[in-house]
Amino acid sequence: MAEPASLKVSVWRGGEDGSFARFEVPARANQTVLDVVTTIQREFDPSLAYRFACRVGMCGSCAMTVNGRARWTCRTHVRKVVGEDGALELRPLANLPVIRDLVADLAPFFDKWQRARGVFQPKDAPDGAVPEDFAVVPPASGARQEADAGIECIGCAVCYASCDVVAWNPDYLGPAALNRAWTLVNDVRDGARQDRLDAVAGDAGCHSCHSTQSCTERCPKNLDPSSAIAGLKRTLFWDTLLGRR
Amino acid sequence: MDLRPRSHPTYLAFVVHRVSGLLLALFLPLHFWALGSAISGEAKLEGFLRWTENPLAKAAETVLVILLAAHLAGGLRVLSLEFLGWRKRQKDMVAVSAGAALLVGLLFLLHVV
Amino acid sequence: MSGGTAGAERRRRAAARGQTHLWAVQRVTAMLLGIAVVVHLATILFAVRGGLTAAEILGRTRGNGAWLAFYTVFALAAGLHGAIGLRNIAAETIGLRGRGADLAWLAIGLVTAGFGIRAAYGLFA
Repeated sequence: MAEPASLKVSVWRGGEDGSFARFEVPARANQTVLDVVTTIQREFDPSLAYRFACRVGMCGSCAMTVNGRARWTCRTHVRKVVGEDGALELRPLANLPVIRDLVADLAPFFDKWQRARGVFQPKDAPDGAVPEDFAVVPPASGARQEADAGIECIGCAVCYASCDVVAWNPDYLGPAALNRAWTLVNDVRDGARQDRLDAVAGDAGCHSCHSTQSCTERCPKNLDPSSAIAGLKRTLFWDTLLGRR
Repeated sequence: MDLRPRSHPTYLAFVVHRVSGLLLALFLPLHFWALGSAISGEAKLEGFLRWTENPLAKAAETVLVILLAAHLAGGLRVLSLEFLGWRKRQKDMVAVSAGAALLVGLLFLLHVV
Repeated sequence: MSGGTAGAERRRRAAARGQTHLWAVQRVTAMLLGIAVVVHLATILFAVRGGLTAAEILGRTRGNGAWLAFYTVFALAAGLHGAIGLRNIAAETIGLRGRGADLAWLAIGLVTAGFGIRAAYGLFA
């Protein structure tokens, strides 16, 4: 898409009941959405609050709602998302409390990772001691491949902000926490399988997912939380049916 | 509601599945009630069947057949994801289920008109 | 974790067990319906050719035990599947949740199925 000479950027200011402020920002070649936000803060309005750290798609802290869609802004080129008239609309991530401007409060998001038992619990050393020997995990095994498919999550909350079920049920654990749980369910070294499956069952867990696959569609790391959640459902179904729970 | 992030095929499939499911669930008691009229004799059932020959009832029947076929095809896709782990080609499966639903509706129309 | 939150988590897990069972019923009935609806649609497409008459329908159904058994299972699956679906929609749109609501939806599903089975029996007898 041909780039317009300047960008008309609407930026969310204030808390939940804030409003848009408008900035005209010069368009530059190869700039990212995060570059635009930084330009606004440095050259137009130093009071603008936003969050970023690594700028290279590793830390998961710069996600925002860009023209209606949750995206990692450091790896999103303006030319890929800007409208023909140069319009760019920036909001904080949806489904989370707004702290100020473009900063959403991620505490509920990470609390749910805890609730989903997202912490690895070594099978051989429940008290946290170092196991005597290395675990042998064949990389080609089915379980390991399932775990590997979801392991690269950077915790950016793009999936969580894109999920309608989170909006409908504030208790719902959300795609990232459930995806994390699925990687651990498939980790042969983990000893908390039963407890974790209990934690992710029911309406607040995997069983509320309707497979709209918005999470899979939006994940900047191309992970597939929707399939991970389906895996949890499948495992819980057979465990329940065969009396393993 | 902002529709911009809700336009991918699997989201549309969800909307179709939910709307068709809702309408079919509301239709189900009506359907059973109408069929139950057969208990009070063949004449009553025959009278009901003659009533359904008006064009509006035929149009409603066609819509119901399409809704049922769409809910069936979309449901099979969801089951394949949940129970068989078919994560690839979900979008193609959405397209196929939409096509199958319309095909059934078309066949119904061809037979009924 | 304090005693209060531990107790709340225990209650949540107990409730989740029932919700998991509802989900399982929803999917098992979905699998049954996956077969039954194909048969039903095929029957519809076959039966509507040349118009429906009461005599024609009753000729197929009267005294047909296999037909009655099929539609009994079909009605039961459809009633439960529909009610659990409505339960999910009510929970997500108007916030109707809880054990009482779940039991009411199950009852609605079973009553609906009962009407279906009654209708099927009416066509059989």
